[in-house]
Amino acid sequence: MIAREAQVPVGGFEAMLSYDAAITGDMLAAAESVLDRPREGILEDLGTYLVSHRNREGLRRLLRFGGVTFLDFLHSLEDLPDRVRLALPDLELPDMLLTDAGGDRFMLTCHSQIPGAGHIALGLLRAMADDYGALVLLDHLGTGTDGEVVAIHLLERRFAVGRRFNLAAEA
Amino acid sequence: MTAARPVNLRLGPAALNGLMPMHVALTAEGRISSVGPTIARLAGDQPLVGGWFFTLFDVRRPGGVLAMRDLMERAGETLHLSFRPHTEIGLRGLALPLATGKGMVMNLSFGIGVTEAVKVHALTDADFAPTDLTVELLYLMEAKSAVLNELRALNRRLDGARSRAEEQALTDTLTGLRNRRGAEAELARLVATAQPFGLLHLDLDHFKQVNDSHGHAAGDAVLTEVGRILRSVTRKGDTAARVGGDEFLLLLPACPDLESLTAVARRVLSRLQKPVDFEGQPCRIGGSIGLVLSADYDPPDVERMIADADAALYASKRAGRGRATAGGPGAGGVDLDAAGA
Repeated sequence: MIAREAQVPVGGFEAMLSYDAAITGDMLAAAESVLDRPREGILEDLGTYLVSHRNREGLRRLLRFGGVTFLDFLHSLEDLPDRVRLALPDLELPDMLLTDAGGDRFMLTCHSQIPGAGHIALGLLRAMADDYGALVLLDHLGTGTDGEVVAIHLLERRFAVGRRFNLAAEA
Repeated sequence: MTAARPVNLRLGPAALNGLMPMHVALTAEGRISSVGPTIARLAGDQPLVGGWFFTLFDVRRPGGVLAMRDLMERAGETLHLSFRPHTEIGLRGLALPLATGKGMVMNLSFGIGVTEAVKVHALTDADFAPTDLTVELLYLMEAKSAVLNELRALNRRLDGARSRAEEQALTDTLTGLRNRRGAEAELARLVATAQPFGLLHLDLDHFKQVNDSHGHAAGDAVLTEVGRILRSVTRKGDTAARVGGDEFLLLLPACPDLESLTAVARRVLSRLQKPVDFEGQPCRIGGSIGLVLSADYDPPDVERMIADADAALYASKRAGRGRATAGGPGAGGVDLDAAGA
């Protein structure tokens, strides 16, 4: 329905193919009107979906390689674009910069061609915090000169038992 | 600037374990004096310290490394070895003498068998030094296989789409029979593989009248019914095609002789005599047929066969329709009997 509204090709999209960036904008605009929800919320859900949906277990695992704790994981985000390039040289991820504000507070600055990347990051961080069992407060602070800024307040490093992560993938 | 004088560093257990979690220290006699935490994990409950190195480990390459004296000679060389209870997991090692001149320290790593080792021993990233790229290697292997799986799925979908597109390009959408391209492809294939076959060319009689008096929808219903009839008289390996408005072609490798081909032609003509019902209106049609056998041509020539079948078909029309005529060099335009006769 959203695809019809956005007037994109009927065959749907393929994960491994590149599409014109304008299509993303059309799809989002259509999603806003069909779902009657603000774009920020849709992007946030997209970020959460990417790591928490059963079909996306592979992606969650790859992100968990970033570190043993949620804090390690936060610091690993800066390396993420390089890591992703190892596997998919032509996939462009937003540049991410983590600033330690002290007292378990951090700022994640996302610089991307796609407006709203910070909201996707926020949804993804929320899901990953759950995955690690960490308790965090997240807030999108808007767009600064270097990109969108997400404030992260790590309240409890080990709030709940996170999901297991074995280095070796299940066969 | 003077060259720095080499210094002898003394490493305590914490430094050694942190820098080399997979080290094994050996006394001059060949007893294990200490092991890194990751090697201890491999051993599980089995105590290693105090044990004889060559009893617990097997140096596979280079050959002949069976005692400390051999190991000293191989100092600095790449060693391939395994830990005895887990011989399936290969280890790579490097042993160098200690500064005291007594004993050696050996550092180990999992070679390319690292994924298996990680699985068997449930290793975590805490088991590898942060300077070790093993975790990156595991990440990369997993990322690559995820990408590969996606690509494989994409290929499967594209391949399915391609077969469907090919199928559509060779199919007549109204009747579900092959179209002219499909028939030509099959003809070329039969000739190329030197398979004998019968060719039957059918043209409907009175089809124009059906279209004129009952409309195009009725015409379509008639064509669909003809498609059904032709499918019912063909067997596996045969091809039925709609090659023009009301023209059809049957390619029958199962009927390479005149007798069996004529039998098919009779069946088609008799079925066509039955009026097709369209919204309560009976639409009467019939058919005229020309047929040829590939065996009459040496070598089979597609264009000549089609031309001869066409000529035989028009002979049937001239002879009063509703009949089949055999054409080609073998038959010489024999007028076979009319339908149902």
